[in-house]
Amino acid sequence: MNFLDLIWLIPLVPLFGAAVMLFFGRRLSKAAISIICPGAVGVSLLLSIAAVIQLAGLKEKIHQVTLFPWLPLMKVDMAYLLDPLSSVMILVVTGIGFLIHVYSVGYMGHEGGYYRFFGYLNLFVFFMLTLVLANSYPLLFVGWEGVGLCSYLLIGFYFNRKSAGDAGKKAFIVNRIGDAGFILGMFFLYQLTDSLKFTDVNEALRSARFGVEHSFGLLSLTALLLFVGATGKSAQIPLYVWLPDAMEGPTPVSALIHAATMVTAGVYMVARSNALFQLTPETSFIIAGVGAATSIFAASIALVQTDIKKVLAYSTVSQLGYMFVAAGVGAYWVAVFHLFTHAFFKALLFLGAGSVIHAMSGEQDMNLMGGLKNKIPITFRTMFIASLAIAGIPGLAGFFSKDEIIWQTHASPLGSNFFTVVGLITAAMTAFYMWRLMFLTFYGEGRMDEKTRHHLHESPKTMTVPLMVLAAGSVLVGWLGTPKIFGLPEFFRGFEGWLEPVFEPVKALASEGAEQPEHAFEWFMMGVSVVIAIGGIYVAKYMYTKLRRDQRPSGGMLYPVLLNKWYVDEVYDLIFIRGLSLGGGGLFAKFDREVVDGGVNGTAWTTRFVSTVSMWWDTWIVDGLVNLSAFTVRALSFPVRFLQTGLLQSYALAFVIGLLAIFGYYWVR
Amino acid sequence: MLDTALFYSFALLTLLGAILTVSLRNAVNCAIALITSLAGVAGLFLLQKAEFLFAVQIVLYIGGITVLFLFVIMLVNLDQTAKQPRFGRHWMIPVLAIAGTGTLFVGFLTRGRGTLALPAPGVAADAGGNVERLSDLLFREYLVPFEVASLLLLVAIVGSVVMARKKAD
Amino acid sequence: MLHPITVTHYLVLSAALLLIGTLGVLLRRNAVVIMMSIELILNAVNINLIAFSEHLKTLNGQIFAIFVITVAVAEAAVGLGILIALFRNKETVLIDEIDILKW
Repeated sequence: MNFLDLIWLIPLVPLFGAAVMLFFGRRLSKAAISIICPGAVGVSLLLSIAAVIQLAGLKEKIHQVTLFPWLPLMKVDMAYLLDPLSSVMILVVTGIGFLIHVYSVGYMGHEGGYYRFFGYLNLFVFFMLTLVLANSYPLLFVGWEGVGLCSYLLIGFYFNRKSAGDAGKKAFIVNRIGDAGFILGMFFLYQLTDSLKFTDVNEALRSARFGVEHSFGLLSLTALLLFVGATGKSAQIPLYVWLPDAMEGPTPVSALIHAATMVTAGVYMVARSNALFQLTPETSFIIAGVGAATSIFAASIALVQTDIKKVLAYSTVSQLGYMFVAAGVGAYWVAVFHLFTHAFFKALLFLGAGSVIHAMSGEQDMNLMGGLKNKIPITFRTMFIASLAIAGIPGLAGFFSKDEIIWQTHASPLGSNFFTVVGLITAAMTAFYMWRLMFLTFYGEGRMDEKTRHHLHESPKTMTVPLMVLAAGSVLVGWLGTPKIFGLPEFFRGFEGWLEPVFEPVKALASEGAEQPEHAFEWFMMGVSVVIAIGGIYVAKYMYTKLRRDQRPSGGMLYPVLLNKWYVDEVYDLIFIRGLSLGGGGLFAKFDREVVDGGVNGTAWTTRFVSTVSMWWDTWIVDGLVNLSAFTVRALSFPVRFLQTGLLQSYALAFVIGLLAIFGYYWVR
Repeated sequence: MLDTALFYSFALLTLLGAILTVSLRNAVNCAIALITSLAGVAGLFLLQKAEFLFAVQIVLYIGGITVLFLFVIMLVNLDQTAKQPRFGRHWMIPVLAIAGTGTLFVGFLTRGRGTLALPAPGVAADAGGNVERLSDLLFREYLVPFEVASLLLLVAIVGSVVMARKKAD
Repeated sequence: MLHPITVTHYLVLSAALLLIGTLGVLLRRNAVVIMMSIELILNAVNINLIAFSEHLKTLNGQIFAIFVITVAVAEAAVGLGILIALFRNKETVLIDEIDILKW
């Protein structure tokens, strides 16, 4: 069975699930829904695994399936592409998506709108798979917009809460700003390479037609515009503001969309367009810079947040920053690798947080938690593993991917030691805030009230089993990307090798110098990051278990700034929202009155004038012509009428007269 | 000598009968005049050695058609009609037209007297009586028109019955 | 008067009969008499056909004449049927009283 030709089914099965929810959801039982929707994603997962295995067997690891032409003028079809990059993505989306669907069966079990939730979730999986399987930018963009829509729907799931609706709108609108950049970038890209299919674009960019652009030209502009799109979707500065607010949605949504999949779409898109970014080192530098700034900025905010989900949200923004740093310095496979490992432990952290919230009867403030480690042991142990992973403890997944990023900022020809320092500081902050979360939530004395304490219970199996699976992943998957200096067999560096055909250097760069091997320094850097990680953990442990609340350093003036997220939302509000409405108000009103209303009145006057002319024309000319024709017929027929006597004999007479006429004619000839 | 005399007598009969047909007041009298005219024509047929047609003329025309006419005359009760004027009001015009045509006929004949190119007389046929030869021709070469004519007669029968019957209420 | 009888004589006779018949069609008011005049016209045609048939020593003319007679019979039958139907509706056989289809 050729699963490669069936890859179009992979997005379609969840779409079918969503459609079933749309039409029949209200009438189906919870049990039926719990089988259909997770089942749909499960089927997609199986199809993905089969297809990827078959892809691995191909000599040239690319397979495209075209369903039907869509925009023939731009050579864009409804077609899917399976290559190493998209294969990683579909496994992440369907695998983690499936686990989260299973988790949601337990988590959303008591909530209303069960079918609506799963319908939206399946729809999201459909759009996300379309995004990663598309073989052209426009189809990717369809998926891009679609996941934005589903994000809006799911963030605002609890629509009776105003804050949820506002958060959904914020997410969509901020995304839109990024999308404008994306669309412009697509236009320029089409102009440059005369096609929007990935294979065509990459072939064009990798050929000798394009040289590396060292100044700001058309290539850089295109690259920058595409990156703007990525900032919107992947929550980088300045368009990250929607992600923390997105925590209004149910926790599984946060896990799936805002940790593992949708926010990684930007990284995926940058990785997909790596040929373009390789040709524009200045823009790549900007990307790395934005990523680095975002990661340290978001980590700083996470240090002081009290809502458990908000900490994780800012952590996501920060980790996404790491991925863009990697992409910016040219280490594309490392960015994807970090995307891969991050998906596991971040999803696990969110689901675990959901489990905690579930146990705490809906409480999310960490200041009211504590001492949960014996009450919800499975949740505790899995989150423990995830927190170690994200902090970068050796052996776990996060260590390998994050470490490689930090190393690449130094080693890559496009890197800069400045990024290395930022990366290390951020790593320290990451370890700190994650373990602050752990210590506040699970250790010490419980600070919750009696009623909540009574209700503390471990989550059902449908929630804890996905946690365990993800924990196993967080431990194991890192070993696919071990550094060369570890000297392990090829399999343990399989991730880089698998993605190699996607990220081959463009012709123009092939001649530039390769990496100088610096083995000793690499071991040193690795040691430094481990020390930082462990240090961060211990500082957090000291502050949050040994010291009492009033004894902890307060952070002085910096504290309120950090707590209020550097007042970024307030600044945006002032500049864009208030500014536009105030300044624009008077001008717009005047414009509306004079120009717009004038135009409308003008069209009304014109219409009346035209209808008067029509009436005149109709009465005199058209009717006149009709009457004239009637008059002519009557006039012409008047003399001829009298031939119709009705008498047979007069007709016979006419015969004879005719005969006479003929004879007469021949007579005179 | 004989055929000249016969010709003229038959011709006179025909023409006289015709004139009477168109001028007599009473329709029955017209029918009788028609009979004599038809008889004259039959005689002319015989003179032209068309024996079969002579017989057909008498049996069909005189024995069939004129009897039919007489029936119809009886049916349409012509007492009042007989009192009405015979000819139409504007009788001058047809008379003039016919007279003109007739004059032209004569004129053509006299003018072209010398150059009247009649086709050459044909050769006499082989032996066999008129009826045999006629039937031979009719049922061989002219079979299709014969069949069509029979179809026509069928249609005429049905048509006339339909036309003439009283509408059943 | 004592010329031998040629085809021409027959043609003249036929023409005369034709003209008399036409006169009858055009002049008489009684529909039945008009039908009779039509028969006269047809007979004139027959005389013509037979005369030529004899002159050309071929029988085609006589065959034609047979068909003319056949058609004349059919036409007379149907025509008289129509006449009777007309009489039933209009109570008259004078055709200048039947002029509904006029201007």
